[in-house]
Amino acid sequence: MSFRLPSGGRLIDRTSELKFTFNGRIMRGFAGDTLASALLARDQMLMGRSFKYHRPRGVVASGAEEPNALMNIGEGGRFEPNQRATTAELFDGMAARSQNHWPSLEFDVGAINAKFARFLPAGFYYKTFLYPRHFWKYVFEPIIRQSAGLGAAPKEADADTYEHFYAFCDVLVVGGGIAGLMAARDAAADGKRVIVLEQNGHWGGRAPVDGAVVEGKPADEWVSVTLQALEANDNVTLRDRCMGAGVYDHGYVLGYERITDHAPANDVPRHRLWRIRAGHVVTATGALERPLSFAGNDLPGVMLASAVRDYVVNHAVAPGKRTVVVTNNDDAYRTAEVMVNAGLSVPAIIDARPSVDEALISKFSDLGVEVKVASAIAKVKGKDRVTGVAICAQDSNGSVSTTIECDAVAMSGGWSPVVHLWSHCGGKLTWDEDQAMFRPDPNRPPTNQTGEGFVSVVGWANGEIDQGDIAPVWIMPQGASIETRNKMWLDFQNDVKVSDVQLAAQEGFESVEHAKRYTTLGMATDQGKLSNINGLAVLADALDTGIPQVGTTTFRPPYTPISMGAIAGEARGEIFQPLRRTPMHAWHEKNGAHWEPVGHWRRPYCFQQPGESVEDAVNREITNTRTSLGLLDASTLGKIVVKGPDAGKFLDMLYTNMMSNLKPGKCRYGLMCSENGFLMDDGVVARIDEDTWLCHTTTGGADRIHAWMEDWLQCEWWDWKVWTLNLTEQFAQVAVVGPNARTMLETLGGMDLSAQALPFMGWADGKIGDFNVRVYRISFSGELSYEISVPASEGLAFWEALMEAGEPFGITPYGTEALHVMRAEKGFIMIGDETDGTVIPQDLGLNWALSKKKEDFLGNRAHSRSHMADPTRWKLVGLETVDGSVLPDGAYAVADGHNENGQRNMIGRVTSTYYSPTLDRGIAMGLVLHGPDRMGEVLAFPRVDGTVAYARIVSPVFYDPEGEKQNV
Amino acid sequence: MSNAMSVLEGAVSTGFVTVRDAGLTGMVSVRADLTDAATVAALSSCGITVPVVRQIVDGVAWMAPDELLLVTEYADAPALAQKVQAAMADTHALVHVVSDARAVLRVEGAGTKEALAKLCPVDLATLAPGEVRRTRLAQVAAAFWLEDAENAQIICFRSVADYVFGVLQMSARKGSEVGVFTR
Repeated sequence: MSFRLPSGGRLIDRTSELKFTFNGRIMRGFAGDTLASALLARDQMLMGRSFKYHRPRGVVASGAEEPNALMNIGEGGRFEPNQRATTAELFDGMAARSQNHWPSLEFDVGAINAKFARFLPAGFYYKTFLYPRHFWKYVFEPIIRQSAGLGAAPKEADADTYEHFYAFCDVLVVGGGIAGLMAARDAAADGKRVIVLEQNGHWGGRAPVDGAVVEGKPADEWVSVTLQALEANDNVTLRDRCMGAGVYDHGYVLGYERITDHAPANDVPRHRLWRIRAGHVVTATGALERPLSFAGNDLPGVMLASAVRDYVVNHAVAPGKRTVVVTNNDDAYRTAEVMVNAGLSVPAIIDARPSVDEALISKFSDLGVEVKVASAIAKVKGKDRVTGVAICAQDSNGSVSTTIECDAVAMSGGWSPVVHLWSHCGGKLTWDEDQAMFRPDPNRPPTNQTGEGFVSVVGWANGEIDQGDIAPVWIMPQGASIETRNKMWLDFQNDVKVSDVQLAAQEGFESVEHAKRYTTLGMATDQGKLSNINGLAVLADALDTGIPQVGTTTFRPPYTPISMGAIAGEARGEIFQPLRRTPMHAWHEKNGAHWEPVGHWRRPYCFQQPGESVEDAVNREITNTRTSLGLLDASTLGKIVVKGPDAGKFLDMLYTNMMSNLKPGKCRYGLMCSENGFLMDDGVVARIDEDTWLCHTTTGGADRIHAWMEDWLQCEWWDWKVWTLNLTEQFAQVAVVGPNARTMLETLGGMDLSAQALPFMGWADGKIGDFNVRVYRISFSGELSYEISVPASEGLAFWEALMEAGEPFGITPYGTEALHVMRAEKGFIMIGDETDGTVIPQDLGLNWALSKKKEDFLGNRAHSRSHMADPTRWKLVGLETVDGSVLPDGAYAVADGHNENGQRNMIGRVTSTYYSPTLDRGIAMGLVLHGPDRMGEVLAFPRVDGTVAYARIVSPVFYDPEGEKQNV
Repeated sequence: MSNAMSVLEGAVSTGFVTVRDAGLTGMVSVRADLTDAATVAALSSCGITVPVVRQIVDGVAWMAPDELLLVTEYADAPALAQKVQAAMADTHALVHVVSDARAVLRVEGAGTKEALAKLCPVDLATLAPGEVRRTRLAQVAAAFWLEDAENAQIICFRSVADYVFGVLQMSARKGSEVGVFTR
C-alpha cells in the first residue's frame, strides 16, 4: 500500500492542508503535493484504465512523461481531460476524475477486452475491419467510437482567458536544473540577455532528490544561491511553470507558461504562450528513466525507480512498505538507499547485470538489502496491485527460482536524455553503445540561417548521466516465452506490448515509422516518452539489426500537449477576428441591418423594418430605389491611387482595356486578369489629372489588387516611375441611386450635378451641403446614380444628411442583396459569382473590354492558349424560367447521355439567380455551351429534389437594355 | 470640420495601463524616393527633414525607403498636403491626406511595453523611444512608436480601430502583468 510518511517532504507544507475530490470522494493533501502524490498518500494506487484493454493502471512516473495517471480535472467551464496527475499541482477544491472506465474505476466492463487480448494484436484494426465494406459504417465504427477516447470532451465554453507574449534574447535556456542554471549563469556573465524556462514550479531538477553536491554545496542550497544571483541580474528573465514546448526555424521557440493551473483565478490568464526569438538555445532538459520490460510491468505499484524516490523525498509519500528494486544500472540503487533511510523495507535489488561492483553490493548488504546479480523479474504477482515478484535468472527462459513478497516495484532500465527540443528542428542523434542511449550528436546540430548550430545541449540531456556500467536489457528475462512477452508492456497508454512489436517486425514492418503506426507504439498523448527507446530496441532485436540502424521516430513539437486556449491566445469572443467596420457601421446596426460578412467587413445584406422578412426587405429596397431613391454604403470598395509618369503605361498592362487614353474628369469600367488570363477583378477607374488615376476595386479585391500592383512594380517593372497608395479607408463612399437622386442632392445645395455639368461616366470635385465631396457619375444599378466620397471621418454625418434630405422622397438605405439583384437585372457581372478563377473575359461576352490597340496586357498571351480560345467554352447568357420560378443557385443544365463518370452530360450552369421584384419573376445568369448562339432554346436544370426546372436562354440584360435610365 | 468624428469617439480603458483614443489626427503620406536629392530639397523647402531609417522626428516618420508619414493636427493636414504637393510638383512623388484612413491610439503607463509585447512581435526591451515599428498587432497591421518608456502611440486602419482597442484592452487587464520590463 502507498502512504504518507510521518516526516520529510521537501516540497510539501504540512501546515497547509488542501481539500480535493477524486471521483467524487473528498480527500486531503498538502500544499506542494501533485495530484499523484496526494492520491498515493491516500493509498489510491489505481488511477486509471488503459486505452485498449482497460487494464488497471497506477502512476508510473513523477513528471511530464507519465502515461497512465491521466485525469479529467475541473468542472464546467474549467473542465479539462487528459491531465497528467504527476504535473497537476494540487489546489484547494480541485475536482479530479479518472478516465476510460465504465461504470467505475474499480469495476470496469471494458476490462473484458483484456480477456480477448490475444484477439487484439498489432494491426488488429487493419486486419479486422476491412470486410465486408458496409460493416464499417454501421457495425465497426459505432463500436469503436463507443470504446475510443481517454478523457471526456468539455461541454462548456472555457471560463479562462489566455494570451501570447513575444520575447527576445541572446540565449534561451530550457530547463532550470543544475546544468540549465549553470548555462544561464555563464551566459549572463558574458553580458548576454538570457531567458530561462523551467516546466515545474520549483527549480533544480532532480539533483536535490539525488543528493547531488554542486560546487561544494548541497544542490538545494546551490540552487537558491544561484537563483538569487540570476534574479538580481536585469539581463536575466526566469520563468517557472513554463515549458519549452518546441524549437523551430531561426531560433524561434514556444514556451508554455501555466499561470493559474495550480491556483485557479478569474482575473489572471490561465496560460501564456511565449513566442521567443532566441539567438541561441541551450537545452538542459534532463533525462527520462526507462521502464524495464518484464511480465506484469504495468500493474499499479510498479513504478520508475526515480519516481519512487521523488515521491519519498519531495512529498514524503511511500509507494509501498516493501519495495523491490529492479535495475540494469547503478542509478536505481539510489532509490534503495532513499527507501532504507526513510525507514522502509527493500527486500532485494534485482540487478540484471552479470556482475556488479563488489563495493556497491557490500554497501547495500550493510544496509540490509540483498543484491541479486544476473537476476530478473519473471513475473509480477497481483491482480490490480503488486503483491510480490517471481525471480529468475536474466539469461533464462523464466523458470522461477524464488518469489519475494512486496507491495511496490521500482524499476530502472537506464536513462534516455530528453533530446526532443534538440531534435525538433533537425538536430541529429548518435547511439552511445556504452551508456545504451541516444544522445545529441554535437557535430550535427540544428542549423540557423548562416548554417551554424543554434541549439546546444548541456547536462543529462547531453548524456552526462551517472548511471554506472549499464547493461542493455530490453526483455526480462532474455529468453522469455511468447506468453510472457504478451504481458510485457512497452507503451502503457496505448497497450502496446513486446509481442506486438515483434509481430509487426514479423509481418514486414521494418521501418520504425511503419512499426510505430502499425502497433500505435508511441502514438498516445505521452508520445512514447517511456516506450520509444524500449520499443525500437525490441524491434531492432526482432529484425536482428542494431539499434542505430533502426533509428528513432521523429520528435515533433510540442514536448507535451499544450492547451488550445494558449494557441488561440486573446483571439476569442469579440476579438476572435478583426471585424472591419465602415464609418456608417453603427448607424446600420441601429437601423435594422441584417449583416453579411464580406471578407472581414460586415455589410448590410438588407435593412429590415420591424416585422419584415429579409426577402420582403430586399424587394422593398429594390422597388423603392428603382422608383424613387436608394442609398448604398459603398465605402468598402477598394480605392487605390496610382500616380507617376509611367502610371498610364502601368494601368494599360494591368487592365485588359485602355486606361492611358482616359481623359481627366472621366471614368471607365475596367477588367483585370491574372497572368494566366483569368478574370480576377473589375471596377471603375477615374482619371484624376495628367499623371494620376484612381482605381476602384471590388471590396474583396482592395488589399489583393494593391499587393498585386506593388508586386509588379517592385519585382518586375522596378524602373517604372509609378507610386501607389491604398486609400480605401480614407473615404466613405455613398451611392445615391434612383430617379430622384439628382433632385434630392440639389436640395442640399452646392455643386452643379446636372447632366451637362456632370455627365454619365464623369466625376467632379465640389461641395454638397457643407461637405467636400468627389462625385462619380457611375451606376451599378442601371438607375441615375451618384457615387459620392467624403473623408471617412465625415462619413456618418454625410450619410445622416442624405437620409434627412431624402426623407421627402421616401429614401431607403439598401444592402448588398438589393445591389446584387439590381446589377443582375442589368446583366452586370459580379466577380465571385460569374467568375470563379476559371472564367476569362471572353466567357462573359466582355470581348469589347479586351483592347486590340495595346501591345500587351497581363493575361493577353494566356488568352491565345488552345483551351482559352476553344469555341466550346461555356458562355454567359441570361436565363428565364418558363414558369417564372427562381432557378437554384449553381444548378447544372443537362443534355442527353452520360459522361465517363456516369454523370449526366452537362452543358451549362447557373452563376447568379434571383427573384426580380422589378420584373416579378426569377432571373438568372449562367454559362452555357454555345450559349449566345442558342437564344430562345429551353434548357433543363434538375433540382436536388428530383424535379426539373426549365429555363429559356435570353439576353443577360433584363432591364433597360438601352441604358436610358442611368444616362439622364 | 464639425462633421468629422474620431472612430473610437474618445474611448478610454484603464487596466494596468491606460488605452485611449488619441482623437482625430492629421496624417499625410508621401511616397517618393527619399534618397533623391530633388526630393530631399523639395521636402526641405517645406521644413521637412527626412529622418534616419525607422525614426519619427518632429512629426515626420520614416515608413519605408520610399515613404514618409507626416503627423500633424487634423485640421492642418489638407493644407500641409497641398503645400508638400506643390513643392514636389516637379519630382516623382505621391502626396495624399490619410488622416481619415487611420485611427490613432495611445497606451500610457508603466506597463506599456508589456501590453504591446503581448500583441506585437517586436523586441520592446531594446526599442528606443522615437523608433517607428510597422508591425503586426494581433491579427492586423499597425505602426507604433514609444514616446518614452511609458507612452506609446499606435496607428492602425480605421476599420479595425475597435478591434485594436479591444485587444489592447484585453492585454492590459489588471492581473495579467508579465513582469519582465518593470525592473
